[in-house]
Amino acid sequence: MAAIKVHGFHASTATNMVLCCLNEKQVEYDFVLIDLLTGAHKKPQYLALNPFGVVPTIQDGDLTLFESRAILRYLAQKFKGQGTDLLGSTLSEEALVYQWCEVEGQSFNPPVSTIVSQILVVPRRGGSTDEAAVEMNIEKLGKVLDIYEERLSKSKYLAGDFFSLADLQHLPHTHYLVSACGKGDLISSRKHVNAWWEDISSRPTWQKVAENMKVN
Amino acid sequence: MAAVKLYGPLASTATSRALACLLEKQVEYQLIPVDLKKREQKKPGFLAMQPFGQVPVLQDGALTLFESRAIVRYMAEKYAAQGTIGLLGKSLAERAVIEQWMEVESQTYNPPSSFLVFQLAFAQLWGIPQNQTEIAKNEKKFSNALDVYEKRLSESKYLAGDEFSIADLSHLPNTEYIVKATGKAELITSRKYVNAWWENISSRDSWKKIREMSEAGSKK
Repeated sequence: MAAIKVHGFHASTATNMVLCCLNEKQVEYDFVLIDLLTGAHKKPQYLALNPFGVVPTIQDGDLTLFESRAILRYLAQKFKGQGTDLLGSTLSEEALVYQWCEVEGQSFNPPVSTIVSQILVVPRRGGSTDEAAVEMNIEKLGKVLDIYEERLSKSKYLAGDFFSLADLQHLPHTHYLVSACGKGDLISSRKHVNAWWEDISSRPTWQKVAENMKVN
Repeated sequence: MAAVKLYGPLASTATSRALACLLEKQVEYQLIPVDLKKREQKKPGFLAMQPFGQVPVLQDGALTLFESRAIVRYMAEKYAAQGTIGLLGKSLAERAVIEQWMEVESQTYNPPSSFLVFQLAFAQLWGIPQNQTEIAKNEKKFSNALDVYEKRLSESKYLAGDEFSIADLSHLPNTEYIVKATGKAELITSRKYVNAWWENISSRDSWKKIREMSEAGSKK
């Protein structure tokens, strides 16, 4: 069977979320570089795969699929019998996985991606960091993390006592926040969030991915 | 089986998203209003169910679940065999494409359209000044997304294929407000295929029922 093709960019958080999931599910893949720096994602060849012109997109046989969180759910469902089980064991557990996946997408991602974008991306594009935007989003993220702190004081992982897609979705942006933005205190100052972060980021499946995300 | 409880005001897009799915699946439910004006969603009783202080929340027996799109997925899976069939597709590949368009709604359609709805339909009611620069920015973002939708819907009756799915359902609440309450209906109506899709999905029994309930509620 042909390996799954992942069209992505090595520094893209969404791409790395998918690569980590492929590792967890022990699925082979071929990586096809879409170089965002040269605008490859906006060229007709890529837009034919993903009309929104963003990475990643996967090809699995006849299926072309984009949106990292949708790709995660597809992989977790298709490869349910192998690798790490990422959806819980019952319908109710799966529902809680979806709930915390939505929390990541709706409440965690907006502030953290703004912080990472302002600190890491904007200066590299010749602009200057909007410090007010960073401060505002640090405050927003802090409030979200306070709720995570409460949750993780009662539950080892977000959806329950099992690692799931919900935890996985948090890996790439938190990695940048802690290791490249100098905002690790947001995590380390919260006892249970910190323990959870130490745990999930030490998974070998993640460490393999993180190696390719080094920011110079 | 005991009815599920859905907490939230009907006027909230997230609440009506969840309710639309309950109606499509013909699930018995109790809609329990939450008074956002009185900040009921920030009181301890509600925060115990939903620590982010947002509507809606679903209670189904021992399960308490929040985030409207998670509620939609859970209901569509649990009640796959009743009500509208095929909301999750008939195969893993079909489901994947449905999930893709649900994520597009969540990450690309929802942010700019929510912003426009808040600024143009609600800000003045609540005495909040409108931010014209941001309105223009979000209108552009929303338009760009709708151009992609127009192309997609020229090739496909519904977003994920030939059948109505939870991907189309997720778009109902925001689009209703855009068309009815922002003065920017032409964003939808000027696009031939988007408009046809909107006319189609908003004429479903489930959405008609929600419109009836909203009208009845506003007459009190």
